[in-house]
Amino acid sequence: MTTLEQATIGETTERRTIPGSKRPIWMEKPSAVVQVLKFIALAVSVLLVIIPFWSVIATSIADQKTINDSGGGMVMWPKGITFEAYRAIVTGGVVTRALLISIGITVVGTLLSLAATAGLAYWLSRPRAWGAKPMLTLVLGAVLFGPGLIPTYLTVKEFHLLDTYASLILPVLVNAFNVIVMRAFFQELPAELFESAAIDGASTATILFKIVLPLSKAVMAVIGLFYAVAYWNAFFNAMLYIQSTDKWPMALVLRTYVVNQTTIGGDQVAAGTEALPPQLSLQMAILVVAIVPILVVYPFLQKHFAKGVMIGAVKG
Amino acid sequence: MRTDADAAVSVHRTPRRLGRDKLLLLLGLPGGLALILFHYVPLLGNVIAFQDYQPYLGILESSWTGLTNFSFLVDGNPEFINALINTLVLTLIQTVLVFPVPLVLALLLNSLAGERLKRLLQSVLYLPHFLSWVIVVALFQQMLGNAGMLNTFLVQHDLPIIHIIGVPELFKALITSQAIWKDAGWGTIIFLAALSRIDQELYEASAVDGASGWQRLWNITLPSLRGLFILLLILRLGSSLSVGFEQIILQQGPVGRDASEVLDTWVYNNGILGGNWGMSTAVGLVKGVVGVFLVIGANKLAHVFGERGVYEK
Repeated sequence: MTTLEQATIGETTERRTIPGSKRPIWMEKPSAVVQVLKFIALAVSVLLVIIPFWSVIATSIADQKTINDSGGGMVMWPKGITFEAYRAIVTGGVVTRALLISIGITVVGTLLSLAATAGLAYWLSRPRAWGAKPMLTLVLGAVLFGPGLIPTYLTVKEFHLLDTYASLILPVLVNAFNVIVMRAFFQELPAELFESAAIDGASTATILFKIVLPLSKAVMAVIGLFYAVAYWNAFFNAMLYIQSTDKWPMALVLRTYVVNQTTIGGDQVAAGTEALPPQLSLQMAILVVAIVPILVVYPFLQKHFAKGVMIGAVKG
Repeated sequence: MRTDADAAVSVHRTPRRLGRDKLLLLLGLPGGLALILFHYVPLLGNVIAFQDYQPYLGILESSWTGLTNFSFLVDGNPEFINALINTLVLTLIQTVLVFPVPLVLALLLNSLAGERLKRLLQSVLYLPHFLSWVIVVALFQQMLGNAGMLNTFLVQHDLPIIHIIGVPELFKALITSQAIWKDAGWGTIIFLAALSRIDQELYEASAVDGASGWQRLWNITLPSLRGLFILLLILRLGSSLSVGFEQIILQQGPVGRDASEVLDTWVYNNGILGGNWGMSTAVGLVKGVVGVFLVIGANKLAHVFGERGVYEK
């Protein structure tokens, strides 16, 4: 791990620039051809990311006529705009329930994971703490090798967690890698801080809650958001452990109604909807609803990327 | 908080240290317990690889079969061989095609002079990393499927439609392009960080000596990234027997198992769906052990070539 940190985390070397220009003094202005090629390459990469989002949103708000005009397929520019599809999926039925379940699992799971991870990391970060050394070995071992799919499934089954929401949280409660990142952060807090607090008679609890945690907001935010994204996205565990359709989180609804294209009938959306919006609009609205929470937290996640996340980049 | 003096006194007195650290232990226990219960207990559960495991009998009652479950290693079970080949082919394709993309993208981004434009582009390119595979697969279907945007466009212009989704021959290409779409942008982070750490004086000096942009790229930038590149390659090797599990499970239906089965999906299909617990666990176990050995071996190799690898000698 040390090589990795040294290779990636560190001060940006100062760039001396040509006065009145953003270019470093050694960099001459590239030729027009190179400029154009670079621009095209980057523009294409960015468009490849943006276009799918755009057309999914456009199709989700398109009316039946627009979709018919496009031969029943995806739409780039909806002529007639309607929010019927959203109204249909958020006013009751399978999608609304899955949405609430996913939000619940994400909120509860993230809070529990963050508390468990921070607690474990703090224990492991204190020098000479009782039992910290063997526990650290277990954490490092967990990063190196996983227990395998079937033994994990059987364990969840033996603990009678199948088909419970707990099965979506407990097995992934602590991510060993996150523990290591957080422990490294706690260890970098200056030792003088702890010493002077101890001289002033502060207890372990006071030091933790009054000094350590307030200084750890950035790492808490990053790790918390990693957990949140993982809980929100969790698909495979849900597929493995959740059997009842009325406990489905969003990922399973997405798989069934969007990926597998199962038709959404009147009983899957709000009761009392007379005419269903176009099937495709419904599907795209479900997709949008699954993406939006990520788009909402994304800007907050962004500003922390540069600092603590580098190690995580290798993990993913 | 203890002082060094009382730490020295108490270092061998467990009860006193327990008393002193009780809050720390209380804080750390839930996380430690979760890790043991859901990581190390299942790890022990791998013993069913040596059993004729019967769910209603449980681990303790099931009969022992020794290495019978590992017979797939020698008897050439065709389904297993197929999964193994698909896995290796996908790994090879992805190492050659997916792995270098972030580096190229990072070099492109790094060569931009405007900080704000760079940030904006990065924000957009990182985004797909945070989407789940379900979402990525759904997006690809809507773009490239038979009723997707590409084909809608082709139909409107009286062109024949192109079948991309659900075609066995194109499955590996599809998986690969999805992997690039999702994580190429995210992969640039680590290269950009390494690029920003290259000593700018090197560039200045080489410019004074009259080196062209390409020469600087070739003689300064790329050699500076070599260590990181090798490090990432080693880490990738460790997971080379696990390719795109969720991604493939989601898309396995239409293309069939011949084209799409990999080791992970084989374990799932045969173990959890097929009830073939012992043998599937054995495959999973071998896969995990091989992965660990690959990392250690690759790291040794890196040391031989004078690189630092993941950890020091």
